[in-house]
Amino acid sequence: MRELTTHTDSIAATDAVDLEHRLVETVPGTTRRMTLNMGPQHPSTPGVLRIVLELDGETILSAFPDIGFLHTGIEKECEVKTWQQAVTLTDRVDYLANLSNNLVYALAVEKLIGDIEIPPKAQWTRVMMAELQRLNSHLVWLGTHALDIGAMSVFFYCFREREDILRIFEMFSGQRMMTSYIRIGGLALEPPRGWQQVVGKFINAFPSKVDEYEELLDSNPIWMRRTQGVGITPLEDLLDLGVTGPMIRAAGVKWDIRKDEPYSSYDQFDFDIPTRTENDVYARYRVRLGEMRQSARIIKQALEGMPEGAWQADAPKIVLPEREKMKTQMEALIYHFKIVTEGFRVTAGEVYQAVESPRGEIAYYVVSNGTSRPYRVFMRTPSFGNLQALPALLEGRLLADSIASLGSMDFVLGDTDR
Amino acid sequence: MLPDVLKETAAAVDIDSRFPEAITGGHTERGEPTLFIAPAFIVEVCRFLKTEQRFVRLSSVTAVDWLPSEPRFEVAYNLHSLDRNERLRLKCWVSEAECEIDSVTGVWRAANWYEREVFDMFGIRFRNHPDLRRILMPTDWEGHPLRKDYPVHGYKYTYQNE
Repeated sequence: MRELTTHTDSIAATDAVDLEHRLVETVPGTTRRMTLNMGPQHPSTPGVLRIVLELDGETILSAFPDIGFLHTGIEKECEVKTWQQAVTLTDRVDYLANLSNNLVYALAVEKLIGDIEIPPKAQWTRVMMAELQRLNSHLVWLGTHALDIGAMSVFFYCFREREDILRIFEMFSGQRMMTSYIRIGGLALEPPRGWQQVVGKFINAFPSKVDEYEELLDSNPIWMRRTQGVGITPLEDLLDLGVTGPMIRAAGVKWDIRKDEPYSSYDQFDFDIPTRTENDVYARYRVRLGEMRQSARIIKQALEGMPEGAWQADAPKIVLPEREKMKTQMEALIYHFKIVTEGFRVTAGEVYQAVESPRGEIAYYVVSNGTSRPYRVFMRTPSFGNLQALPALLEGRLLADSIASLGSMDFVLGDTDR
Repeated sequence: MLPDVLKETAAAVDIDSRFPEAITGGHTERGEPTLFIAPAFIVEVCRFLKTEQRFVRLSSVTAVDWLPSEPRFEVAYNLHSLDRNERLRLKCWVSEAECEIDSVTGVWRAANWYEREVFDMFGIRFRNHPDLRRILMPTDWEGHPLRKDYPVHGYKYTYQNE
């Protein structure tokens, strides 16, 4: 619930943020300023985010985001896991983009290893899963964002489709959310029998569902009035503050890592990058809708052109051997024992690998000192970068618009705090 | 002194001609150019890269603890240019005794939270930073968790077998 405190009480309420020195002394006879403590459990903040707002009437004078409530020390914990074990930790960074996190970590470590070739089938499956993940993330974003602004029904439609995607994830990996499906050297499991029918059924029906959301929202005058012309921030500020992803594309920059620095055979797919120039909450919504349509195109291409062959790299020292081989071949058994007990060694060096997650640039800076455990894994997460622009989006605007602006940034607090 | 492998990286050559004493080394591994910059020059080099080399984005700032070697910390700046579609990594060595480096917040505002995170996790202080406080850990936390001598389970709680 919102906590309303007057200016005089505010210092006690905000001591953790230590705002005392920042608050302007109120001159007697002028408008009294108010400090509004939004979160950490406000219904409209996506996750445990605390924002301390200083208000003059309805206008936000200053906004101070206070993060760290979900910090779980993932980067530290990566250092005591073996290279392959750390994949499960990358899942937990962002609950809506776990496959993107798996992918960027796997790509970074594979780049460090150097002489490992990922077969085309594994690459295409990775692309397909990452795009399904993007749909999943955008659906959750659209549903909750519309819910925050007051359009409730979209939420139910979005979660209907999201359920289908989670079932597909479960079919592939056995897990709905923490899939750990993309591993160093390929995939965790062979794509299950009959996946083409399930994915095909979903993806053929999906574009019409996007039309449905678009119609629901664009015919809603409240939605249009609350999103158009709201949350405009100059592009230079956004870039300078480290914002990436759909927010930048809604400001007119055609920058998508999938196109500019293609990874995992994205260059073999035909898709466009939706951009807008209005740079408001509505433009961000249109960009994400466009991305959903493009993701559907990519998934369809992956479904139709999926290469045959191996789904794991031919690297016996890194990839676990087949069960059958272990029963018949001595070397396979030895490799299995070595990989499970000690892990594999990775060449010393460092890699900065970036991919396009649903929220923007996600980059892992992985440092190896030649042992079987990562020396350092730094996660440049898009939510952390984007959230830094929050004050720029809120200050000088109306309080009622803050929820629309907040929602349009699409951050996940687990992704921010790691 | 610019190593030969970096002579093909345009930005590195330009830095070298403008600030001849700034570059202390570098390498291009796995297609990623890395420059070691003398800490005294970091702000000037960054400003030059942003304004004249169009590295408009600071992707991230982070650090690596190389205990027990000295200088102990390596601060890494990952830059990205949208126009040139290029990435560049700058690195500075920071010794444990000094544990301080100039802040680049004045160049990219994005550095603010990243430098706060490095301060929080490694204890490296940034001079002229507008708001150097802990960001992820609680304000009263003791120690800097990502240092190599910090135990994974922390100092406060130790687990013993019964």
